[in-house]
Amino acid sequence: MNPVVIRTVTRILVPFIQLFGFYIIVHGPVSPGGGFQGGVVVGASMILLALAYGAHEAESKVSHHVRIAMDSLGSLAYAGIGLLGIAAGGLFLQYNIIPLPLPPARVNGIMIFLIGVAIGVHIMALVLSLFLHTTEETEKDD
Amino acid sequence: MNKLNHLLVVIVLLAIGVMMSIAVLEMPEFADPDAPIHRHVAPRYMAMSYQETGVPNMVTAILADYRGYDTLGELTVIFAGGVAVLSILGGKRKK
Repeated sequence: MNPVVIRTVTRILVPFIQLFGFYIIVHGPVSPGGGFQGGVVVGASMILLALAYGAHEAESKVSHHVRIAMDSLGSLAYAGIGLLGIAAGGLFLQYNIIPLPLPPARVNGIMIFLIGVAIGVHIMALVLSLFLHTTEETEKDD
Repeated sequence: MNKLNHLLVVIVLLAIGVMMSIAVLEMPEFADPDAPIHRHVAPRYMAMSYQETGVPNMVTAILADYRGYDTLGELTVIFAGGVAVLSILGGKRKK
């Protein structure tokens, strides 16, 4: 079967899907959405790429090591932001005590935004990893 | 012996079913504003979440601030699951 239609549509759609996914992540604090949802959307765009162009194409865009690094860094960033509260003399995950030259509520909002980004980075790498590693068997048969 | 086991299973299941039905009948009306879940911490969240967290989206405020530990645990569970999948299936990728 000639995959030219699927490949063309994928090539046009993937940037818009990714843009929408990043929009969901970044707008998590002000509108419905957040890190989990946006991360899944971005990961799904890479899965679409893998379906249309083959798993090695997605693998070459975001390699195994990069995905593991994104996974770990996302989790670590969340816990690290929590630890910043302790470093500033407060409680774990107490954001508004972190000393920035801004009012406490603004600092709190910024930290919640950063947490959303950390969750998004973690989830988008994980979704793609799960897909690529479970399809590895069928890829070998070709 | 086997029939006795079946009878026992039926009795236990019936007892659990009756208990579940009683519990469901005791639940508050759907969308009842006086239900306990709407009177405990929800009014505080609706009134104070913007001043306390600086985030207009109430769901994000609860998820990332009031229930920050919960979300961190959630992320850890997903991370552990991903690492388990990668360690079981990911070894062959190095060629």
